[in-house]
Amino acid sequence: MSLRDHGRALRDAAARLAASPMASLLSVLVIAVALSLPVGLYVGLSYLQSFSRQLSSDPQISIFLALDASSRDAAGVEERLRSDPDVNEYRFIGREQALSELKRGAGMSDVLDNLKQNPLPDAFVATVRANRPEALERLRDEASGWPKVAHVQLDSEWARKLDAALRFGRTAVAVLGALLAAALVAVTFNTIRLQILTRREEIEVSKLIGATNPFVRRPFLWFGTLQGLAGGLAAWGVVALALRLLNRDLARLAALYSASFHLPGLSLPDVAVLLGVAALLGWLGAWLSVARHLWQIGHE
Amino acid sequence: MISFNHVSKRYAGGLDALSDVSLTISAGEIVLITGHSGAGKSTLLKLMAAIEVATSGSVLIGNQNLAKLKAAALPYLRRRFGIVFQDHKLLYDRNVFQNVLLPLQIAGFDGRDAARRARAALDKVGLLGKEKAMPITLSGGEQQRVCIARAVAHRPAVLLADEPTGNLDDAYARNIVELFRAFHQVGVTVVIATHDHGVGEQLAARTINLAHGRVAA
Repeated sequence: MSLRDHGRALRDAAARLAASPMASLLSVLVIAVALSLPVGLYVGLSYLQSFSRQLSSDPQISIFLALDASSRDAAGVEERLRSDPDVNEYRFIGREQALSELKRGAGMSDVLDNLKQNPLPDAFVATVRANRPEALERLRDEASGWPKVAHVQLDSEWARKLDAALRFGRTAVAVLGALLAAALVAVTFNTIRLQILTRREEIEVSKLIGATNPFVRRPFLWFGTLQGLAGGLAAWGVVALALRLLNRDLARLAALYSASFHLPGLSLPDVAVLLGVAALLGWLGAWLSVARHLWQIGHE
Repeated sequence: MISFNHVSKRYAGGLDALSDVSLTISAGEIVLITGHSGAGKSTLLKLMAAIEVATSGSVLIGNQNLAKLKAAALPYLRRRFGIVFQDHKLLYDRNVFQNVLLPLQIAGFDGRDAARRARAALDKVGLLGKEKAMPITLSGGEQQRVCIARAVAHRPAVLLADEPTGNLDDAYARNIVELFRAFHQVGVTVVIATHDHGVGEQLAARTINLAHGRVAA
């Protein structure tokens, strides 16, 4: 099993792919669709997941004071936060500051400018040591009872729910991916089966004049691998194109909210994994097919 | 070189192709296997190249008992033979040169060496000018010669030919028999199965006559 033999088998496989361009194109297309679907969903989900991780990585507790709370009331709440052993950091956000931040933030300046008075209360944002969930919950329960505290909110809760939902989504994508990977193997299996049928004579003669099984298998294995690789490249193209189109629409949508969202493309390691998996599945399909059908030829 | 000891071959369905055949062929010998059609000539050649397996008795190639040959060693045994098949078994999807190149690729010769040897083999059978032709465009005699070129390209120790002159004009047939004589003269062991008496007269070689699967006196 030398490099020369592999080179020859690879050239043979490439020539056969090129010899029937329409059939090859259709197989590659099927593989591309089977791969791009889970890959595309995966990209979308990982974007959402990184987004939710960012939000939930540092769970915060927001303590909103009543609108009629005075600065003395605020100082009282601050004193309680300072003396609480679980509180790591806290930050006071005055109502004027909150309003100006909101105006800068999310395209609501028009609405806010029309307001006669500031509807926002003073607030504290606190984090707890080591982000312990029990400490967060205790603080939420206690702070609700403090004088002039109107509302206490655990900011991380919705992000955690999103994270859990995304976890579910990822599992669903993994299941879908596994099914489509099986489809890819099946497509390759069948392509190679047809190849073996049309090259049956060549296989028989080769074996009669001293070809080893690896010699006979090699071109088919390369064929499956190349076809899978081509399918992987096509899937990469499909995903890149889809992301371009989605990002264009997403940019329009985000502009309406004065925000900016952008789905990141596949990273180089992602692409490497995609191509590697595609080639490997192609090889596997070819191997199964060759093992099955060459055995048949040998036992008739 | 080749030795049969009480070899019998029964095909599925109960046909006895060979019964109790014992023979020895020395290295460098040229031998004719004759007999009417169905006498077991083809089976004899197939047993030598381990294309068929003996039902009983033992077939030795060199000192190798074929019954004890491992499947992985089979391809290497086959490479010691050059086989001229009765039905040529040329590949019609490639040209003459590529047909002759096949055993060299199988044996692992590198590209340039393989091409040189393939041309040498084609030259020997007088078809160097037709290397680009597709086999289907050649006459029966030319196809037979391509098959011979393919059989000898990797310089096997033993040449097995099954009815190499079948369906050929006398002139063509004589030409091909001369080729076998030439290979024999450079030390190749040659075994020819034929029912053509002309071949026997031309070669004047040792003859093993088969009748109904047995060696006839």
